[in-house]
Amino acid sequence: MKRPRTSEPSELDLLAIACLLPSFLYVLVMFVYPFLYGIYLSVHPLKIDGFSLANYIAFFTDQYQYKTVGITFRLAVPNTIVVVAISLLFAYNMRRGIWLERTITTILVLPISLGVILLSQGILGFYGGKGWLNQLILGLGLLEDSLVLTHNFTGVMLSLFMQQFPFCFLMLLGYISGIDPSIENSARTLGANPWTVFRRVMLPLIAPGLAIAFALVFVMSFGTFASAIMLGQPSGSTRTIAIAAYAQAFEMFDMPYASAIAVIMGLFQLAGLLVIILLRRRMVTAATMGVGKR
Amino acid sequence: MKEPRCETIDSLRFRITKRFGAKTVLRDFALEVRGKQFITFLGPSGCGKSTSLNIVAGLIPPTTGEVWIDGERIDHLPPEKRGFGMVFQNYALFPHMTVFANIAFGLQLQRRPAAEIAERVQQMLDLVQLLGYEGRYPGQLSGGQQQRIAIARALVLCPRLMLLDEPLSNLDAKLRVEMRAEIKRLHTNLGLTSIYVTHDQVEALSLSDWVVVMREGLLIQEGTPQEIHDQPVNIFVADFMGFRNFFPTQVVAVGPDRDVEAAGNGMKIRGKTRHTFAPGASVVAAIRPNDVMVGGDAANPNAFRAKVDIVEYLGREDEVIVTLEAGGRLWVQTAARLTPGENVTVVLPPERVIFLPPEEDGGTV
Repeated sequence: MKRPRTSEPSELDLLAIACLLPSFLYVLVMFVYPFLYGIYLSVHPLKIDGFSLANYIAFFTDQYQYKTVGITFRLAVPNTIVVVAISLLFAYNMRRGIWLERTITTILVLPISLGVILLSQGILGFYGGKGWLNQLILGLGLLEDSLVLTHNFTGVMLSLFMQQFPFCFLMLLGYISGIDPSIENSARTLGANPWTVFRRVMLPLIAPGLAIAFALVFVMSFGTFASAIMLGQPSGSTRTIAIAAYAQAFEMFDMPYASAIAVIMGLFQLAGLLVIILLRRRMVTAATMGVGKR
Repeated sequence: MKEPRCETIDSLRFRITKRFGAKTVLRDFALEVRGKQFITFLGPSGCGKSTSLNIVAGLIPPTTGEVWIDGERIDHLPPEKRGFGMVFQNYALFPHMTVFANIAFGLQLQRRPAAEIAERVQQMLDLVQLLGYEGRYPGQLSGGQQQRIAIARALVLCPRLMLLDEPLSNLDAKLRVEMRAEIKRLHTNLGLTSIYVTHDQVEALSLSDWVVVMREGLLIQEGTPQEIHDQPVNIFVADFMGFRNFFPTQVVAVGPDRDVEAAGNGMKIRGKTRHTFAPGASVVAAIRPNDVMVGGDAANPNAFRAKVDIVEYLGREDEVIVTLEAGGRLWVQTAARLTPGENVTVVLPPERVIFLPPEEDGGTV
């Protein structure tokens, strides 16, 4: 509604502001303040009075620290690609519903409800050195030695996949099954085989959803902490940037340095999102022009 | 620009049954039609008409049955190998492609040279009167324009069979009439074979060479529009074709030339039938509101005294509900301006009254 700028705020406006106030306060106290305080802390190192970028310089000049960025990317990027690709494969093929859909979806979604710790324990029990999988493989004589699937890179990948796949799959399934089936049908009658339909018609229409899936899974993977500790080598090949921040905060008790690492992590996540958004723009400028359903 | 003519089919024949779970959507629905015709599947929603069209297109597999085109069995072919064009109710244009790319889509898949594609797209845009729109996206077009692009996209491939699934249902009334004429023009000029699915009897009658009336997955009646309009086989088709007045009666006498005299409700009614009834049989007399005449001598056959109940203004004519003296209501469409409460004589012209079997029989032909 347009109103002259000089007019008095009406009762409705006051009421609206009053209704917004609690959530606004909550965001302010629980998110904005700690976030800004973290940034403030990060530029006020322990041993120096006043403003200094010493913590940031320390991070990027210490190989032990800056290596964590590479390690985190090496985990997050492949994991994101694998999770989104497999979710897309399942969601696309289930877009028109399948036999026992409800049961299968429930099974796929179950890991979400378990939480990271329980899930990681389960992975240790099943995939670990003395786990069921290895006992089965050795028992059947398929391999001489047991497979090493935990306490390394693979273990973290397994755990991240199981946490993120259900969520990513559900999101894409909702997105894809929302596309009008007659668009696909018309492509078929125009001579397109199923693969061409996917490549030329469906993929461009799914792309915006795919970009969101990429962004969310990437951010979640980049911040991985619990699985990297429980299923990885937290002092070696899976020392992610979140572990580095944790170590500074609760082992070295250097909160400002830990905050600096957290800010750096946030910036890399932001950079990742930016790349995804730019790629998406290039891919599908036109797809947002309008959808056939109306 | 010269309009192209397309190769079309000589005959289409199928017999299909389709079940979705426990629900049978098509029960042994069989049809055999010649090519170069405009064929309409007509029926209320849920009668299986769209399902049968999708089965012919190859988009839904039949549970059992066969589809034959010109002596070739095609029900195992995927839709992209059938060479049919299809137009959908919600247009189904590719929202991420321009009008040009939408129409060119099928030609590009056939790997035609770019120059030929450009020429044929222009030809189609000219045909559907949307020249100059090639750079637009579907979201920037009105519903009627989108549907014309969808038709052009299907026609550019010169389909041997054109399938149209309620293409006008999403358009407003005025546009619907315009597009109806447009579709008929394209069908005739291009020499196509078309199957058109609709629940609108006016569309079916005005467009078709052959009408197939369906109900609950069964073929109820097929024939030319005149046949369906004038000689519906049962109450269902009659109701669909605009017969509003139905009277339960008993046959008194059967004359030559399918004349019937029946009595019921304290009235004697004469009319025609396409069925064979024996005297004493229960039959239903039916007549359209606009076939009822107002005025005349009450001593005439099929003339009854009545009292005007409700008058609705429809423009050129009024829709009037009268109560017959013998009991029962009658819908009348008449140019005579009547007033509620007035006593009138209504005449049901015997050549306009048809006798149908009662509802329980179903009575398919």
